[in-house]
Amino acid sequence: MTLDHFPQGPQDASYAPLVKGDRVATPMYEDPAIFDVEMEKIFGKTWVWVGHESEVPDKGNFKLSVVGTQPVIISRDRKGALHVLVNRCRHRAATVCEIKKGKTSSFQCPYHGWGYALDGSLRGVPYTEGYNTDFDKKDYGLKKLKVETYQGMIFASFNMDVEPLEDFLGNAKLWIDLFMKQGGGFPVKTLGEHQFKVPMNWKIQLENTTDAYHFPVVHKSFMQSLDGEATQQFSFLEDDDGWVEDLGNGHSVMVMMPELNDLDDNLDAPIPERFEALAETLRADYDEAQVRRIVRAVGGCGFNLNLFPNAACSLSFFRILRPVSVQETEIRHIALGMDGGPEAANQMRMRLHEHFQGPMGFGSPDDAEVWERVQRGSAGAGDLDVMVNRGVGLEDTSPNGLPKGDISAETGMRAAYRKWQEMMA
Amino acid sequence: MKDMTTDSKITLDAAVQFLWMEADILDRNDFDAWLPLWHGGHYIIPIGDDVTDFANNLNIAYDDADMRKARAARLSGGFSISAAPPARTVRTVSRFVITEEAPGAITIRSALHVVEDKFGRQRMFAANVEHKLIATENGIRITQKVVRLLNSDGMLTSISYLF
Repeated sequence: MTLDHFPQGPQDASYAPLVKGDRVATPMYEDPAIFDVEMEKIFGKTWVWVGHESEVPDKGNFKLSVVGTQPVIISRDRKGALHVLVNRCRHRAATVCEIKKGKTSSFQCPYHGWGYALDGSLRGVPYTEGYNTDFDKKDYGLKKLKVETYQGMIFASFNMDVEPLEDFLGNAKLWIDLFMKQGGGFPVKTLGEHQFKVPMNWKIQLENTTDAYHFPVVHKSFMQSLDGEATQQFSFLEDDDGWVEDLGNGHSVMVMMPELNDLDDNLDAPIPERFEALAETLRADYDEAQVRRIVRAVGGCGFNLNLFPNAACSLSFFRILRPVSVQETEIRHIALGMDGGPEAANQMRMRLHEHFQGPMGFGSPDDAEVWERVQRGSAGAGDLDVMVNRGVGLEDTSPNGLPKGDISAETGMRAAYRKWQEMMA
Repeated sequence: MKDMTTDSKITLDAAVQFLWMEADILDRNDFDAWLPLWHGGHYIIPIGDDVTDFANNLNIAYDDADMRKARAARLSGGFSISAAPPARTVRTVSRFVITEEAPGAITIRSALHVVEDKFGRQRMFAANVEHKLIATENGIRITQKVVRLLNSDGMLTSISYLF
């Protein structure tokens, strides 16, 4: 056999038929070959969320991140420009940074000492006389990804010909703009994160962000821990004013509490009882209009915005997924607050985040449990499909002219899978 | 614990016996027995090794008395799929170091290893734990417990019991 005839493997196959509109084939959760192609055709091609600008606020700041399964460094150079670089020395592939976050003037490989500037360019090579005269450092910078930001969110792509980020986000931009109003007049800033790994395929998490149907079942014990007023807020499945909207490009929004879509609306409404103590504290330093705006922002937004393939603006935090293997996914729940805002307000944001999110929150462990159960169940009867048909035939058109289902419809999942299908063809 | 007053010395032996009793209670998920061991204060699982200003940082858990009660209710109420049943745990507490002492009070640091079992797979956690204990007329009580998990700022897994 010559190399010309070497089997090309599954890259040659089209996986598009695995998505069947209202259902998807079980191997999409189970087949390692599909996972490898997803990393190439989806995570290797489109825009992937890597971080938030407040994580690298100053010149010289860096943070480790990932694009698909590939380790990258987000860095801000001496002129303030952002770079996303593959964390791999161009010599013999060692990572050039293993510190999660910090400040530096350069990255140095620990193996043979190659040194790189914050923009990835190769600066120093020990004992250069061992290389021939045609060796040019310009050829050996860290591999760079394309980088663009929207409202402080940093996206990167391995595809230098990828469409502009704003085109990719499209109809989602409006919702991102609304989401960022929870700065309450201050810039939105990350306040730390919860991270946990779940033995499940990444698409099980992608589905869940746009799944209101599970909430009263899986999160019953969270609901029981709330006071009456907050319980009312989370009873969105019993109200009939929520919806799920297919925003195109795989993105979707699930509106749970429409009254909290635009936090600048209804500022004259009475302050909920559970925020009254915070409001009283804030009145020492802020006028009543600001107090109301900040208090409203502390409670977060009323929707989950799902951004294909790996990010969500979920009520009041960023939910980021990282595929590790076909049956392993890492989740980050990034808390958000007000940069320069009142300490009492940010404290309350963090306490609310701790209540539901993370490895020991009152919500996330129950999510993790059912996600793992989906993966375990998928090992059985692989000929059966996974149904995402809830709401089919009941959808109408949103005021924005987009497909729209009721709050518990699986419209968002079908939107994501349609994009998956397009990219995996 | 009869004859204890609020300025009684808490000996290392008494403190260690108390921590072992607490460990046994937690392995049994006996939250009705655990909650009364407290006297105000916070149960804290911080993120990162050096954090001391817990209120102004995001934690994995930051529970005052009300949140501890709510957490116990959640874990034992039967409505939480991750805790019904919870992972089973076996823990050891050791390497005790007294870091502060005063009449009626002691701060003690220990090493904690927990092995959990669920779905036939086992996971392990290790932590440095700091207990602030006081003497009361009803015996030793906890006023603060800080559990510093190794890799607290890295990837963890969901946890359906208490450290």
